[in-house]
Amino acid sequence: MDLTALLLSRLQFAFTVSFHIIFPSFTIGLAAWLTVLEALHLWTGRPAYRQVFEFWLKIFGVAFGLGVVSGIVMAFQFGTNWSVLARMSGPIQGPLLSYETFTAFFLEASFFGILLFGRPRVPPWFYLFSTGMVALGTTLSAFWIMANNSWMQVPVGYVMENGAFVPDDWLKILFSPVLWVRFPHMLLASYITGAFCVAATGAWYVLRREFASEARIMLRMGLYFAAVLLPVQLFFGHLNGDYVHDYQPIKFAAIEGRWHTQQPASEVLIAIPDPEAETNHHQIAIPVLGSLIGSMSFTSKEVGLTDFPPQDRPPMIIPFYTFRIMVGCWLIMLLVAWTGSYLIYKERIEQTRLLLWLTFLSFPLPFIAILTGWYTAEVGRQPWTVYRVLRTADAMTPFLTARTALTSLVVFCVVYSFIFAFGTYYIHRLLRSGPAGLLVEPSAAAIPNRPMSVVDEHRLTPAVRRAAAGE
Amino acid sequence: MVMFWVAILAVSILLYVLLDGFDLGIGILFGLTRDETRRHAMLSAVAPIWDGNETWLIVAGVVLWGAFPVVYATLFSAFYLALLLMLAGLILRGVAFEYRYKTERLRWIWDGGFAGGSLVAAFIQGMTVGALVEGLPIVNGHYTGGEFGWFSSFAVLCGIGLCLGYTLLGACWLVKKSEGDVRETAYRLIPYLSVGLLVFLVIVFAYALAENLRVVHRWLERPYLFAFPSIGVVAAIMLAFSIRNRRDGPPFYMVALIFAAAFGTLAISFWPYMIPFSITIEEAAAPHSSLAFMFWGEGLFVFPLMLLYTVISYSVFRGKVRPTADHY
Repeated sequence: MDLTALLLSRLQFAFTVSFHIIFPSFTIGLAAWLTVLEALHLWTGRPAYRQVFEFWLKIFGVAFGLGVVSGIVMAFQFGTNWSVLARMSGPIQGPLLSYETFTAFFLEASFFGILLFGRPRVPPWFYLFSTGMVALGTTLSAFWIMANNSWMQVPVGYVMENGAFVPDDWLKILFSPVLWVRFPHMLLASYITGAFCVAATGAWYVLRREFASEARIMLRMGLYFAAVLLPVQLFFGHLNGDYVHDYQPIKFAAIEGRWHTQQPASEVLIAIPDPEAETNHHQIAIPVLGSLIGSMSFTSKEVGLTDFPPQDRPPMIIPFYTFRIMVGCWLIMLLVAWTGSYLIYKERIEQTRLLLWLTFLSFPLPFIAILTGWYTAEVGRQPWTVYRVLRTADAMTPFLTARTALTSLVVFCVVYSFIFAFGTYYIHRLLRSGPAGLLVEPSAAAIPNRPMSVVDEHRLTPAVRRAAAGE
Repeated sequence: MVMFWVAILAVSILLYVLLDGFDLGIGILFGLTRDETRRHAMLSAVAPIWDGNETWLIVAGVVLWGAFPVVYATLFSAFYLALLLMLAGLILRGVAFEYRYKTERLRWIWDGGFAGGSLVAAFIQGMTVGALVEGLPIVNGHYTGGEFGWFSSFAVLCGIGLCLGYTLLGACWLVKKSEGDVRETAYRLIPYLSVGLLVFLVIVFAYALAENLRVVHRWLERPYLFAFPSIGVVAAIMLAFSIRNRRDGPPFYMVALIFAAAFGTLAISFWPYMIPFSITIEEAAAPHSSLAFMFWGEGLFVFPLMLLYTVISYSVFRGKVRPTADHY
């Protein structure tokens, strides 16, 4: 394959946005969970809740900082690499993203400062309120991003004038049914991510026989939350499938691995697709289930990829597999969360080391599910940037050369790998040292807008520092 | 409605230049010393607020996209490699605030990233302004200059000029916020930086005259424009007095006034063009439905809140930074 400016720009966008999404999806869930913890602490007065809160606040800080840094690049990238899209859809995407900056970023920044350093200065109810405000900020940010992306998936409320998308009905854009199933789907995914990271950390401490009371809270709350949220996520996932089925039939056929129109349609569980021959090899399929999932009917006709000209089809293999990886991650998480919750109920979880190991090792699963879910949505939308209206190939900056695009891709890869390596190292160090590190009071001169300053080594007690150094 | 968003954009850019200007300037000064106590004092003077300062850049970016999409699309794609360098610089200097304190052995990497990133970001910003003054090669609303169409000796000159300007602003902030050694050094540097900036301004003006740039015609056509440079001159005189009398507060505000005067001069000499002299404000403006949607929510209600947050943040961290009370 030729390394064209188009391919390189797409790779760059995919790389920078994949890198970025890891952090917000983690922090959205974590902010909500911190709010719950703080409310529980106020309600029950149990110090362990406070201990767990302070511990996760630090980790939140590092992840939040990395999310901010990698987010700046996104604000520029539409203009640098996709100037035709930026020019055409600016009247719609620009206002949506400016609402994100205005409503979310400043809310997060100001209340996050109170969260980190304001506890001695504000009454407890106001501290809880600030926690809620940070959670609201991250949620608003997610909302505007989903509004923006949902409009690209299913463009509504616009007319074309002078080669630009001119909004003529903002209510349609903001209350698009597509947005209101995708936004909860993303929000739930973030909550599940938070829950699993918390549960995995709890399991890790139990396995290492450390921080027993905090680990107990983490393991319990994490697994319980996940056990409740995962079935709800299945429901919203199904609603997402419905919108794809109704508005993006080509993407739906690609996800389903359905090459030819069928009536009634079968459901392909797994197969090795062969785009050349337009068929699947080694396919395992269940008859009629495809119609049932697609249209809630035993007899409906479901369209296949070959109904559409090849130039309108997405690279089918990617959405086909990424969708299955996402669902597979969901299934494993469901098994872990349900079994774990059952064992907690039976008071046997601390003795079931296998399940503790499974819980610990499953922390990457929600991240993988989020990334593959996004790949399904975004690669499945191809070859369009604005679905059925603007092709990706036509959206790129026309004079961008492959050399320039390669330069920027390499620079972003190097810089991101560099800061990511150090960032994860610091989070790892925090996790290793555990909640006991918080026995040190925050210093008076510590400052907001410097979330990562809370992980400074010297703030930990000597014993913890030795533990962190692996002695 | 269009004018409202021009005003918001102007305020956001000016706030960015003034606020991130001084912390980029301190980043440049940071590279000039090896002494850890000084370096630490410099960082402490900006650490609580730099992140908020930088957010104004994002505000300017998204307002540009929402309200003037043509300008956003044209400029950002034209300045591709320049912006790439600026972003890399801003990322490296941003993480340096945190990462440098995590390590002794590798601190030189983050310190280098902090000083280098600040210098590169300041230089690029000056260079883009220079390229805009000189005029980008734009035919029928489309950029035709290629990868380095913005690169010229004039643009480089402006890049150096803004580095000097930001450094001056940074030195004045240090005078305002710090004590002892750092404050003394800043006081000593300010006269040199001011003279350097003055020399730069003279060279730029001479160059503009010699090259017969269109901006010069604007100045001659619109003599009232000289009101802005006059404000700048008055501010410069007051700067000199306050430096001589060692008054810590005023220098920063005087230099800020000089920056505001320069910003006003440029903005009005570009008027009514948004990209001088090819795309006007009216041509660039988004449709009314977009501007109104932004106005009735973020413009009218959220923007004042953002200003309020900024004021609160600065008033919480007002006064001198005391090294003893610091947490390192």
